Amino acid sequence: MRSTKVLITSALLLCPSLMLAGTVSGKITYTGTPAKPKTIDMSKEPNCAKAYTTPPLTESVVTGAGNTLDNVVVYISAGAPDEKSAPSQAVTFEQHNCRYTPHVLAMQIGQELKVVNSDQTSHNIHPLAKLNREWNKSQPPGTPPLSEKFDKEEFIPVKCNVHPWMRGYFAVLKTSHYAISTGDGKFTLPNLPPGKYTLTAWHENYGTNTADVTITGNETKDVDFTFKAKAY
Amino acid sequence: MTRTFNRAMWMSLLLSLICLILVCAIPARAQETRVGKLTGHAAAGKQNYQRWCIGCHGPYGDGNGENAQWIEPKPRDFAAAVFKCRSTPTGTLPTDEDLYNSVARGFTNSNMPHWDPLTKQTRIDLVAYIKTFSDRWKTDKPGDILKIPAEPPVTIQSIAHGSELFQKLECWKCHGQQGRGDGPSASTLTDSKDNPIRPYNFAAGTDDSRFKCGNTNQDIYKIFMTGVDGTPMPSFNDVIQPNDAWDLVHYLRTLQINRHSKENEVLRAAGGKIPKTETPATPPASQPAPQPEAKPQGGRK
Repeated sequence: MRSTKVLITSALLLCPSLMLAGTVSGKITYTGTPAKPKTIDMSKEPNCAKAYTTPPLTESVVTGAGNTLDNVVVYISAGAPDEKSAPSQAVTFEQHNCRYTPHVLAMQIGQELKVVNSDQTSHNIHPLAKLNREWNKSQPPGTPPLSEKFDKEEFIPVKCNVHPWMRGYFAVLKTSHYAISTGDGKFTLPNLPPGKYTLTAWHENYGTNTADVTITGNETKDVDFTFKAKAY
Repeated sequence: MTRTFNRAMWMSLLLSLICLILVCAIPARAQETRVGKLTGHAAAGKQNYQRWCIGCHGPYGDGNGENAQWIEPKPRDFAAAVFKCRSTPTGTLPTDEDLYNSVARGFTNSNMPHWDPLTKQTRIDLVAYIKTFSDRWKTDKPGDILKIPAEPPVTIQSIAHGSELFQKLECWKCHGQQGRGDGPSASTLTDSKDNPIRPYNFAAGTDDSRFKCGNTNQDIYKIFMTGVDGTPMPSFNDVIQPNDAWDLVHYLRTLQINRHSKENEVLRAAGGKIPKTETPATPPASQPAPQPEAKPQGGRK
């Protein structure tokens, strides 16, 4: 009898928070004039150069119509409890035609990272971590994916020393609530329980912006971020 | 009742004392180093550091000493706790012995001289002090020491197979086809702090030429298997099998054209030419999975 009461009480207490889940969505834009993407000369790596009919462009600033900005990581930086465990599904970072796909890869602390070399050339994967361990591994063509994990929150530049144009980022986060703006600068953070949150938007060249948002129930809150572009 | 209370009180006092001793002992242990029968002490190392090392490595051990601006490559940043010469995997801390040997050996092609003239005790004390610049020494342990199997005999076949691996693993991209440090990527290389850095030129020097992390065949094996952290030189431990690694060592020795070595003797006896081999490299241990997964997932939501 007593256990039934406990169950009913728990259900009543838990249900509202399970049922109520808000969403934060928005758009990332910039003001000012961003630096133009530069063309990459891959002539020293014919294996990759032949994959491009027009010269590939750098991805440190990727913009879209209407001054939208891509590759911005938006995440809950305060207000949500730290995740107790990392998801079992790995995230994959691919080296393809001497580029990183995706250019910015987000993951949770302790989540498995798989690094794949799809090219017919050797790469070395060198995350320039400062808080996490800095390692540097060679990955010749045809070798199995590398498996690694990071244990501290950090935005880590990644480079291939053999191909100096290859530069990407790992965003290692404490939270599972994150998104990366793609294509049109838009992002969506679903499944947010009621609460007060701080959102942080991070861009590799333009730094961070923050915004506070309160979720009270089943609702969608619009939060836009604007970065000040640098011309160099 | 009073008796029980007293016993409990004594017990808790004793436990508190044990905890206190443990808490005090952990940082103290982190400031000590041991190599063989030598024990180094950070307090003693500090005095010698201020005399011998501070000019380049700086008062905070971050490589920003007053001489650093004139030096290429830059002095090591002990605060970052990233070390070039290790017997441990890439990304892990070196052993005390690795650091002790580095101090004694110095770093060829850099401004770091060999500190053999200092006593063994002074060197081990310096290592203890170097470890106080980063908290990583309190939270992390050195990685597992790389196991190096016995070296097989040098043969023209092992040299030839090593030569093939040099091509296959694309060592030449940085080190050049003749190992002269002039590969197509050489001019673009930077270290982890974006300072320009040159790949090793095997052809330079003669009998006394040294590698950064030692002079023996075992040292060469260790260098490319564990990588030179903080530099563009990656670790090959996951992608080369031990017998292949030895073949590569034998070939690398032949790139030191002005050095007397067993490898150069074998090559000379074979007419100075490396035959082409059909021997396939031993596949990596965790084969197979050469095909990448269809599309990268995760990270984007």
